[in-house]
Amino acid sequence: MNKPIRRLAVFAMALFGVLLLNVTYIQAIQAEDLQTHPFNARQFADRMVQPRGPIIIGGEKVAYSKKIKNDDKYQRHYENGQNYGHVTGAFTPIGATGLEKADNALLNGSDDRLVVRNFLDMLTGKEQQGASLELTIQPKAQQAAIDGLGATGKRGAAVALDPTTGAVLASASLPSYDPSDISSVTNDKERAANFERLEKDESRPMVNRAFSETYFPGSTFKIVTAAAALENGASPDSTQEAPDELTLPQGGTLPNAGGGSCNGGSPDTLSHSIEMSCNTSMANWAISLGEGKMEEQAKKFGFNTPGLKIPTDIATSKYPTGLNGSQLGQTGIGQFDVRATPLQMAMVAGAVANGGDVMKPYLVEEAKAPDLSRIEKGGGETLTSAVSSGTADSLKEMMIGVTEGADASGPNAKIPGMQVAGKTGTAETGEGANSHNWFISFAPADDPQVAVAVVVENGNASGGEVAAPIAKSMMEAVITQ
Amino acid sequence: MTNALSTQLPPVKRRNAELVMVLVAVGITLFAMIETGLTRNGELPGDLFLYGGLFGGLAILAHVFIRFFAPYADPLLLPLAVLLNGLGMAMLYRLFESTWHNLSGAKLEEAMESGSASGQLQWTALSLVVFAVIVYFLKEPRVLQRYPYIMALGAVVLLMLPLIPGLGATINGARQWVVVAGNSLQPSEFAKIALVIFLSGYMVTKRDVLSLASKRIKVGNFKIMDLPRMRDLAPMAVMWGFCIVVLVILMNDLGSSLMLFGTFLAMIYVATERGSWIVIGLVAFFGACTLLYPFVSHFRVRMVTWLDAFNPQVYCTDEFLNNPDAFCGGGSTSQQLVKGLFALAEGGITGTGMGGGKPANVPEIQNDFIFAAFGEELGLTGIMVMLLALALLAQRGMRIALASKELFVKMFASGISFLIAFQSFVVIGGVTRVIPMTGATIPFVAKGGSALLSSYIMLALLVRMSHNARKPAPQAIQDEGATQVFSR
Repeated sequence: MNKPIRRLAVFAMALFGVLLLNVTYIQAIQAEDLQTHPFNARQFADRMVQPRGPIIIGGEKVAYSKKIKNDDKYQRHYENGQNYGHVTGAFTPIGATGLEKADNALLNGSDDRLVVRNFLDMLTGKEQQGASLELTIQPKAQQAAIDGLGATGKRGAAVALDPTTGAVLASASLPSYDPSDISSVTNDKERAANFERLEKDESRPMVNRAFSETYFPGSTFKIVTAAAALENGASPDSTQEAPDELTLPQGGTLPNAGGGSCNGGSPDTLSHSIEMSCNTSMANWAISLGEGKMEEQAKKFGFNTPGLKIPTDIATSKYPTGLNGSQLGQTGIGQFDVRATPLQMAMVAGAVANGGDVMKPYLVEEAKAPDLSRIEKGGGETLTSAVSSGTADSLKEMMIGVTEGADASGPNAKIPGMQVAGKTGTAETGEGANSHNWFISFAPADDPQVAVAVVVENGNASGGEVAAPIAKSMMEAVITQ
Repeated sequence: MTNALSTQLPPVKRRNAELVMVLVAVGITLFAMIETGLTRNGELPGDLFLYGGLFGGLAILAHVFIRFFAPYADPLLLPLAVLLNGLGMAMLYRLFESTWHNLSGAKLEEAMESGSASGQLQWTALSLVVFAVIVYFLKEPRVLQRYPYIMALGAVVLLMLPLIPGLGATINGARQWVVVAGNSLQPSEFAKIALVIFLSGYMVTKRDVLSLASKRIKVGNFKIMDLPRMRDLAPMAVMWGFCIVVLVILMNDLGSSLMLFGTFLAMIYVATERGSWIVIGLVAFFGACTLLYPFVSHFRVRMVTWLDAFNPQVYCTDEFLNNPDAFCGGGSTSQQLVKGLFALAEGGITGTGMGGGKPANVPEIQNDFIFAAFGEELGLTGIMVMLLALALLAQRGMRIALASKELFVKMFASGISFLIAFQSFVVIGGVTRVIPMTGATIPFVAKGGSALLSSYIMLALLVRMSHNARKPAPQAIQDEGATQVFSR
């Protein structure tokens, strides 16, 4: 009987072997994945018992932690959540979004730069505290963006940048939501019901369209096409064929907006093509430049470059590759598979305003430790050099023409007493669907203080009609600040 | 038993080694409590000396008792049991007593209802009394062989007690409890031991029939396997029917079902040395499970929460919390399992230290999931110690089976040892997602009277059998030529 007993003993040992291997796998190898698993509320719930640093906009705390009565947990409160919810994001017992997630380590105090201070606090028995974040957002510009978009009754997004530093002065996305609705620590049921309602809403109010959504940029992308042309030897007076309807190399035709004419059907100058937003000549520019040069120029503006964090994650804007001639022509006017976030288009306007350099956008002006010493200061970082300053000047002149020229497509963005440089866009979104309406601009043209991009989803009008007034009021809000 | 000589154990007592190891185990327990107190409340536990005195005293008493009444017993058995019992108690202290610091009045009373280390200590005392009684009175374990069918009946009655209305109670979804005088007991803990006794006795008498009579299945000249005769399958059929119908369908006691059937297969294999029994048993058991899958909802729930634990619908994220159509709309989620894994992950290799973790994040952690609390606070290091202690206990038991001479004792010792190993596997495997969660208790570690008591009964049986196996052969009391008298 000893042989089977021995085998049984080996089997019993094997059972323990399986358990040992498995716990080793879980605790040594899988541990990090599990610790950061989206279901794992610990990574946030642990933080529920610590006060997080506040998020400050325009001197006011828009997100702050407050101790819950008779509990050792803290509740995150949001002021004016409908306006700032997309910027701050939400800190909930089951996770975090937006800046709350991106700068979690600073806000909860676990960031390396706070470690020494926290260690000292621990020794003296003080509670660990997080850093406070002062944002670059200007309340007036933000309000102008929200009001302007709200007045259209449509969905959309608007971004304003300081072109010389990269500071994000406004970032609005409609429809919006209030993070307070989904961050209650004490009322799980209500929180879950609110979350479900927002999640199921087909207008997707929790998506930050300014940072996370990509659209066809339409005619605003002609700035990139023009930049590629200028960088490759063309001048504002160089011409391309501009028929009323362009027959594309691989079949299909491309008409001008509203079936109109650019230069009476004659070849049109680059400058005039931008001013009145000519489709056929710009498509010809793209075809004559070729995919390589177009892609290179788009990349210099920030397209096809994943991983931009401001510190919130920004969706990657795309210029497609592997195109045939017809598709290449369409990309020249921001159609086919060109996709851009509103932030990306603001960066394009900003680069033109800033002598050709794209400044890295940033949301946090200053991060301060609890003792008010500065930990981090944002801004001043050049992301890429998109065009030469000469090209930037030429583009600026063309964009001024968009608001002031004889055939101006965006006169609605004009601000009395200064020159405004802009570009309209009306992106076709498919057969029978209403177009997205864009406007990108900066002002004052001679001393740029603000660059904006506005998109109104399915506005069913032209960018100059719907989006330009919003851009104008945002620019005014910044300049008259 | 051709190799009987090689399996003999030398008649060495090593009681002092046992004493040292028992003291080390008690020391580990007290250190765990001290760390808990310092971490959680910033001071030594107020009742440290009470626990130290009582638990340490009980352990030393048990050692002294063995020294006198079972001096040749394996010196590792008691220290391993004390270590596991002590760790369990220290963790209960951490989960309960150390968190009552700022409570008072009604809140304190409410907190005390769910368990306590002091309760565990009381059960340890009672268990050690029972331990002593068994070691002292059961001089020859083979007397148990005389009543196999009474044992079988006892096992069945114990298992089915919870089904009696008024007496039985459903706790955490499984109907495996009886409530006696305010204490909830799990009779299945004792039924397992009764069943091992019955199987040992039954198999010893039926061994030849079960292992020899067979039908050989051949394909051409190629032997596939020897199948038992139809009528010899009766005991397996009864066992199978009981495990499936009563335990799974009626009582939702998957843990007991798995453990009893597993032990049954192990023992029939030890008795007959025929793999065909295992094949038939496994096919029958898992076949039945497959067939039942569509019909027995609580069985299905366990499978889904195991296999698909990280599905948002099964876990029940906020999105599905209010959705009656989601899987978790029925009230069953994989949250306990997944949160247990999160606790293990939080512990990592070295753990957070006793009192430094957040085990309360796992629902009902004081019961089956106490292993996750160890994983969080003692880390992989601590868990390995616990697993190795359990493995060592089972392996020492197997060694006793090898060293024993009587067939019944061999069956009995190996059955109990396998039960310890398999029970650990079923519960820890369930918590760590190796197998579906079934609900069972870690021997010696788990909270609760019946679990601890049954563990110490098994320990008593092993101590007694190991003493008998290792004690020196009786000496002839007269010189050669006279009739030799052996003492029993």
